[in-house]
Amino acid sequence: MRYMPHTPNEREEMLAKIGIGSIDDLFTDIPEEARLGGLLDLPLHESEMVVEKNFRKLAAKNLSPYSVPCFLGAGAYQHHVPSVADHIIQRSEFLTSYTPYQPEISQGTLQALFEFQTQVALITGMEVANASMYDGATSCAEAVLMACRVTRRKKAVISGNLHPHYRDVTHTTLQFTEFETIDLPPAVTVEERFDDYINSDIACVVVQNPDFFGRLDDLTALADKCHDAGALLVVVVNEVVSLGAVKSPGEMGADIVAGEGQSIGVPLSFGGPYVGLLATRQKFVRQMPGRLCGQTVDQNGKRGFVLTLSTREQHIRREKATSNICTNAGLCSLAFTIHMSLLGESGLTKLASLNHSQAVILAEKLEELEGVELLNTSFFNEFTIRLPMNATTAIEKLGEKGILGGVPVSRLIPDDPDMANLLLVAATETCTTSDMDEFVAALKEVL
Amino acid sequence: MLNNKGRPTQPTTQSEPDVSIDTFTGNKGLELESPLIFEQGVPGRVGVDMADPEPVKSRLGGLERKGPIGLPDLSEPQVLRHFVRLSRQNYAIDAGFYPLGSCTMKHNPRINEKVARLAGLGDLHPMQPTSTVQGALELINSLAHWLKTITGMPAVAMSPAAGAHGELCGVMAIRAAHEAKGESRTRILVPESAHGTNPATAALCGYKVDSVPARKDGRMDMDAFAEKLGPDVAGVMLTNPNTCGLFETDVKKIADMVHEVGGYFYCDGANLNAILGRVRPGDLGVDAMHINLHKTFSTPHGGGGPGAGPVVLSDALAPFAPIPFVTHGENGFDLVEQKSGAAAQSFGRMKGYHGQMGMFIRALAYMQSHGADGLRQIAEDAVLNANYIRVGLQDKLNSPFSGICMHEALFDDSTLKGTGVTTLDLAKAMIDEGYHPMTMYFPLVVHGAMLIEPTESESRQTLDQFIGAMRHLLDKATAGETEYFLSAPLFAPRRRLDETGAARNPVLRWVSPEATDNEDASLSAAS
Amino acid sequence: MSYKFTEDHEWVLLEGDVATIGISDYAQGQLGDVVYVEVPTVGDEIAKGDELAVVESVKAASEVYSPVSGEIIDVNTELEGAPTMVNEDAMEGGWFAKIRVTNSADLDDLMDEATYKTFVEGLDE
Repeated sequence: MRYMPHTPNEREEMLAKIGIGSIDDLFTDIPEEARLGGLLDLPLHESEMVVEKNFRKLAAKNLSPYSVPCFLGAGAYQHHVPSVADHIIQRSEFLTSYTPYQPEISQGTLQALFEFQTQVALITGMEVANASMYDGATSCAEAVLMACRVTRRKKAVISGNLHPHYRDVTHTTLQFTEFETIDLPPAVTVEERFDDYINSDIACVVVQNPDFFGRLDDLTALADKCHDAGALLVVVVNEVVSLGAVKSPGEMGADIVAGEGQSIGVPLSFGGPYVGLLATRQKFVRQMPGRLCGQTVDQNGKRGFVLTLSTREQHIRREKATSNICTNAGLCSLAFTIHMSLLGESGLTKLASLNHSQAVILAEKLEELEGVELLNTSFFNEFTIRLPMNATTAIEKLGEKGILGGVPVSRLIPDDPDMANLLLVAATETCTTSDMDEFVAALKEVL
Repeated sequence: MLNNKGRPTQPTTQSEPDVSIDTFTGNKGLELESPLIFEQGVPGRVGVDMADPEPVKSRLGGLERKGPIGLPDLSEPQVLRHFVRLSRQNYAIDAGFYPLGSCTMKHNPRINEKVARLAGLGDLHPMQPTSTVQGALELINSLAHWLKTITGMPAVAMSPAAGAHGELCGVMAIRAAHEAKGESRTRILVPESAHGTNPATAALCGYKVDSVPARKDGRMDMDAFAEKLGPDVAGVMLTNPNTCGLFETDVKKIADMVHEVGGYFYCDGANLNAILGRVRPGDLGVDAMHINLHKTFSTPHGGGGPGAGPVVLSDALAPFAPIPFVTHGENGFDLVEQKSGAAAQSFGRMKGYHGQMGMFIRALAYMQSHGADGLRQIAEDAVLNANYIRVGLQDKLNSPFSGICMHEALFDDSTLKGTGVTTLDLAKAMIDEGYHPMTMYFPLVVHGAMLIEPTESESRQTLDQFIGAMRHLLDKATAGETEYFLSAPLFAPRRRLDETGAARNPVLRWVSPEATDNEDASLSAAS
Repeated sequence: MSYKFTEDHEWVLLEGDVATIGISDYAQGQLGDVVYVEVPTVGDEIAKGDELAVVESVKAASEVYSPVSGEIIDVNTELEGAPTMVNEDAMEGGWFAKIRVTNSADLDDLMDEATYKTFVEGLDE
């Protein structure tokens, strides 16, 4: 087996040095009746060539969205990942290092994390950000737990236009704690009203911007209302490219931003691994979950970076930790940092503007189709349309024509007749004019 | 010697220069510094070329951003060089021996990276119609089969994103199972040597953590365990092999005893590497166990993630598994994404979409490369290597627990007593010898603990050199060369860092010098 | 009016019905460089044995349990900006909280300074 260096001879010599006769003598602590005599009922080892072939066969059974017109979104967005980002994250020193517990020989990872934290704080308009969470949905759940700790209150109000996976993960995470949620129903065409729910018992209100249906809202007034009641405003952003064009959550008064960073640098990868973002105000930093990297100096006075404030974390605080999280999304946060560094101020602004213009062009084309209704008054790069037919059926028919024409809302909000004909459509910099024209023509045929 | 151009071809003998002298640039030969990315920008530089947006009427609803974000503009070569320079300040398993106990730093094969990036695998959108992702669902199903076979368990939840997330999955399934029976239990028993994630997870599930002490031989104290068991115990969370690198010899008895009071047996699978193909957790009475794909199945650690922590489940807990999961029927593979039908009893959803697909691909490639024969060899060589180190150091370091160890060798710091050198100092001197230090001060039950996990990837030559280096350092420490250790590391990109200062006055982001002048008051007022 | 001590190394100084609480010089020495102190909220009621504060060093967090029951009437806000006070002046400037004691008998089973000194000497052996 190519990955293990010992020859049979070496194994014998090593056993002799240990002072035992056989490999089996190393496993005598295992109860005798449970010891496996033979091999597991699985295939034997394969060469690299055969393994590669196996995976090519599996890949061939899937439709790559980069090979066809693709308008899928719903919290995961197709963007171009610069080759530099994927190259760097494959460098041995980043790919095959552990959590930077020995700062003297982990400055690469640590400095990159410090840059990541700064980038996330800047784009969200917040003071500080952590070194990442598993994904946007888990970050949202952690934000709610954090808000409950900060306010010492037990109820969170959840917008009906929050991504259903985020809402579900929050429910799952809270279900066995003393905390609970008040869930508002989806509000596709009407304005969501929170006033009746905000009072001195509420820890936080959780809203998404752009929301699940693609709509943008100014949250400033909502933030004020939360603050007047002593509650926090948690803003979820799952298309971070939007932050290059729209007012940041921080500017609107958010107290915690929970985000999904996949759009920057991270491949779609069928839903994971992604990179959860969590940003907040400096004064809440000790209630924050997850790893944090901080700046300091070494013995010679040289600037350096370390993991810090780790007394919040499980390996020290155990059952009193702010979260049970240990691993984060290290390499994905690095990919984010590299892509964001390549974009810079002018690049992120331009990318956002390009995404918006593509979406506007597509929306205008779709609006012209008979029976298709655009439900958004505002949007960034994704919007909701109502079709004159079941959206899932339409998507399947489009699929047969080799077009990934959007995400039926009913896949995420099932069993609601009002949602059956709704389709989420996203347009990013990756879709071309001819992609859009093909899509519109195909949809016309399907309807 | 001078060549014909008058250039010396051999170093001339001179007196040793002072290595601590600073260079003009701060660089030292191949050791290259890079300022923060924010200190390198020049407005107007471009690192990504893209089309100009068509002029359209904004539909942003008046929510346009007005002010600048504050990101620096750089060119592509600048960014590339910056991150290449940073990378070179990291230690990595590809570069050297990384015996970090309980972390299983093994070889990360590159075929895994290659197949994870294939078109049609790495670029799939999670919300594509399932008819267009049959290969992806087959892959998840196939990995599930391998995991179930390896562990001898009937079911597996694939979606947890990491080990601690897997623990949460397992303990939530336990709580859901009790609640389905109308029982409300309050306590979870956790050995005091457990990873911190165990008690943190139990607390998040609303359980009171009751700590069970260890016996003199490093295993859980069975008398104390029996005493703490009762009808209010929801379950036990046991790491096996445990964090002392030992197999819990009473594991079957533990399972029987906890089952007897109606509780469940959660096994922390962090150390599965040691027992692959030698014993199946399903044969030991386990009800739930997470598998760190980033440890045992070599998906790269990536400087702290991403991981993946699928959880194998017994028949008793399987109905409560989180959504989504893959099913297979006449029309091929499908996804159950809602809590109804087959998932009516599911305790819910743990993360967005379907799990850490990128890690699934890599782990399955690793398993196929090894096969049943290779997997068994992994455990055998990993345990062989750990015992080789144990024996190689046993006359210099004290093992708190005697006898054969599993995949990692544990020592205490009694050798260093009175030398003025701590475990931490010894670790920093190991850095100068070109090693990543072992895990230190964990498990908490051993004074000044040193936990060394070599894995199966290391050759005998590597182990011999490591043993030699450790013996050399220990001799130095006991010979009174304390100063050498206190000043280590000398040859790393940084000397020891001021962690106290970092925690007292946290600086968690860069702030532009102009902003510091103007906004210093507001930022510090907020803190 | 004199210092009383618990076996967990907290000190209590009772003036009238107000108890000032901190940790002993021995305790701060064991903890090492204190980087943060989490103090309670003024107005909260606290029972004897409840968590009163958390003292953090870089690699450890130690809970401080209240030796008395009562209402928190003042906390040492200066510790937030200057946690080093716990190291430098544990017995005076490094105090954590003042509690209006509901039952002064809470102090009866605590050690006086001399007994505590002997207790600490016993630990070091």
